Amino acid sequence: MKIKVLKDILGANEQIAVRNRELLDKNNVLAVNLMSSPGAGKTSLILATIKELKQKARIGVIEGDISSSLDAQMVGKEGVPVVQINTGGECHLDANMVSNALGNLPLPDIELLFIENVGNLICPASFSLGSHKKVVISSVPEGDDKPFKYPLMFHIADAVLINKIDLLPYLKFDVEAFSQAIKGINERVEIFPVSCTTGQGIQQWVAWLLTQMGRR
Amino acid sequence: MHELAITQSMLDLVLEQARKVEAREVKQINLVIGEMSGFVEECVQFYFDFISKGTIAEHAALSFKMIPTTARCRGCGKLFELREFDWTCPNCQGNSMEIISGKELFVESIEVE
Repeated sequence: MKIKVLKDILGANEQIAVRNRELLDKNNVLAVNLMSSPGAGKTSLILATIKELKQKARIGVIEGDISSSLDAQMVGKEGVPVVQINTGGECHLDANMVSNALGNLPLPDIELLFIENVGNLICPASFSLGSHKKVVISSVPEGDDKPFKYPLMFHIADAVLINKIDLLPYLKFDVEAFSQAIKGINERVEIFPVSCTTGQGIQQWVAWLLTQMGRR
Repeated sequence: MHELAITQSMLDLVLEQARKVEAREVKQINLVIGEMSGFVEECVQFYFDFISKGTIAEHAALSFKMIPTTARCRGCGKLFELREFDWTCPNCQGNSMEIISGKELFVESIEVE
């Protein structure tokens, strides 16, 4: 007997993601899912953003890593609430892990929540967390061919940051070609060239975040 | 690497559907997978053989229908397949396009007894 199913394999994850979003909305929290390959600068961007925004917005952070709590310790030093998720081998965060982490955060005291995903440009693209915005960080040393290699990740991004632009004089990275490739498959994407080391471009990124918080 | 989580979700979904019709055995699972999702068939099969042990889907054959990534040119409307490292319209060389297929990830049907 053949049974038609026609059901999304990740449907169960989607349902939890919807519940996460409802909880975030109830608490007026804007959640940003930060994704990148390892070492592109997710934690550095969070730290640079906290520095720039601390006086203007109450920030919280969920740190996702396969193991260790190094990132959480670093962010915690900035005096913001932070929860570490160790995925224990899984290469991405899923909605259920985030649901558990949300229960350990003082949501009424948070306006902007960064969810730092596991460093990986493939798997996190498939798993909704319930975040309002998906932000991808690419960095100059990785090369400008990443959109072609990981199209889904760049297709779903609301914003893409090109980090480490202070290294542009030393490396081959065509910012224009990179941006054009992404815009080709993602018309509404915003692209921000930044350097977390020099602070270049961070103000434009922060201005975008503030706009998203106001729009919600 | 995310194939393990995906395979587990897929198995849960299949077993739930099979339970609804009080099936004794799942013979085949027909999956539809978009190329963009980055799934590796061999990987899903490997995990499936492992995690389906002891369930009624243990001996099920997995069938994969892979869907290529296709796009529609925003300039001239041409439908075309996205080639690796070349995202231009073969008709007008435009470089802005809407993704039409390639993101699929679902269980189409199952065959049970």
